[in-house]
Amino acid sequence: MTIERQEIEKLATLSRLSIDDKTIAEVTERLSSVLSLVDQLQTADTSSVTGMERPFHNAQRLREDQVTESSQRESFQAIAPETHNELFSVPKMIE
Amino acid sequence: MHNKTIAELIEGLQKKTFSSVELTEHFLARISQLNAQFNAVITVTAEQALAAAAKADERLAGGNAPAMCGVPILHKDIFCTDGVRTSCGSKMLDNFVPPYNATVVDNFVRDGAVMLGKTNMDEFAMGSSNETSFYGPVKNPWALDCVPGGSSGGSAAAIAARLAPGATATDTGGSIRQPAALCGISGLKPTYGRVSRWGMIAFASSLDQAGPMARTAEDCAILLNSMASFDDKDSTSVDKLVPNYCASLNNPIKGLRIGIPREYFSEGLHPGTEQAVKKALANLEGQGAELVDISLPSSHLSVPAYYVIAPAEASANLSRFDGVKYGYRCDDPKDLQDMYCRTRQEGFGEEVQRRILIGTYCLSAGYYEAYYGKAQQVRQLIQQDFDDAFKSVDLIMGPTCPSPAFKFGSKGDDPVAMYLEDIYTIATNLAGLPGMSIPCGFVEEKPVGLQIIGNYFDEAKILNAAHQFQQSTDWHKQAPEGSL
Repeated sequence: MTIERQEIEKLATLSRLSIDDKTIAEVTERLSSVLSLVDQLQTADTSSVTGMERPFHNAQRLREDQVTESSQRESFQAIAPETHNELFSVPKMIE
Repeated sequence: MHNKTIAELIEGLQKKTFSSVELTEHFLARISQLNAQFNAVITVTAEQALAAAAKADERLAGGNAPAMCGVPILHKDIFCTDGVRTSCGSKMLDNFVPPYNATVVDNFVRDGAVMLGKTNMDEFAMGSSNETSFYGPVKNPWALDCVPGGSSGGSAAAIAARLAPGATATDTGGSIRQPAALCGISGLKPTYGRVSRWGMIAFASSLDQAGPMARTAEDCAILLNSMASFDDKDSTSVDKLVPNYCASLNNPIKGLRIGIPREYFSEGLHPGTEQAVKKALANLEGQGAELVDISLPSSHLSVPAYYVIAPAEASANLSRFDGVKYGYRCDDPKDLQDMYCRTRQEGFGEEVQRRILIGTYCLSAGYYEAYYGKAQQVRQLIQQDFDDAFKSVDLIMGPTCPSPAFKFGSKGDDPVAMYLEDIYTIATNLAGLPGMSIPCGFVEEKPVGLQIIGNYFDEAKILNAAHQFQQSTDWHKQAPEGSL
């Protein structure tokens, strides 16, 4: 399985990654090599099995919908790149 | 003091032969003198360590202190530590100082252990050589031109170089066992769900599991006694009694049935590694264990299945790093999209970006069933192989990795060559089983690891076999030149 340059560009957009023109050829080649490895999966006969999402098929534990933690806004916002009036601040997105 | 095992240090602390402060000062001095050679420790917390040691000495003086009280250890820099930078080996988190502790870290605080600092690692635990760390590669104390393995290479190298008697680590595809093998120490990946993942930065959530590293199996048992717990805050934590892992270490292994998978002794295995592993198996046979030929027929599909599942989960987990709430943000973003894209391009290294792209590809419309769906089905086949095997054997053993430590840069151009380094370790992560690596010999003057795989929650059985092996061998006592 090879992967085309245009596909890499689309994946980069979906993944919110900028890839410059210089490295795109290299990334294309390396991803193709990984996908060739992964293609070996197609040789397996999996007609008799369902899929395994994680070890132990039990449903994940849920808890009561009750507040158990106190607000820690200050300590979490102290490590944010930018805050304004107790909110996380991002570049303007609506004109 | 640095040549003593954790068990010996506990004895010394409890008999007051030395204090925790003395012990902590000794290891801090070693880190300050020797770490530059290895780059194993990336944050030293001297002040906090000495304060914790003084507190531990008070608890020890009062009697009835927990076993780990006063013992200095290192934490892999993937575990959140309150007030101490937790970088995960990435520029993305170079400025991240969490306001809370991971459960694993809290468990050690509860037991009075002393944190000396944080260890280097492959970026976001993605790597088998420690070459992807933002802080530069860790060097293998046995051969400074060779890799220590990864991703827990900093923890493994620090223990081999006697910078700490034990450390925490994590294993998603072999990241405890492979560096343990390459650095000549012991390391255990417990059953999925045995140790809490809360506060441990996520790579692939259905595979990640934390575990201990130390020089001996006995020390790993002591560390696991502190690490393992049921945790309400981790929805995949398993509510099952944690046994005392030291209690059964001395059981005789006569009659133990050890499965030897023929697929683990085929093409690609270094002949020297094969010889060392077979000699180790003969030792166990000599102690009364029975070696049983078994087959794990889907083994060859474990690396391909892993390289769909792990990147798919990583691409979702790592979407949280967007420059908004914590971590790196690019300079002067022109709009929101530009901020997301440049923050992630500048903040993540090459291997992390590659895995995000692969994961996104495998999860995208039109490919989901062919890749992710198929990989999950293959994962089930791999799990069934183990289920079948454990009907007739108690443990499974073989090599931890195909060859000893390799030179820096030797697998740099081809990601697939690096991925195959984990060919014998990945299947246990896919199945969720516990696995361990212990030293069993040398090839080209570099250590070789014996891998021991157990059934679910059979950590005590693995540790028992490993301890019995170490009672009759001295591979785990060997030290790299200059570290004694």
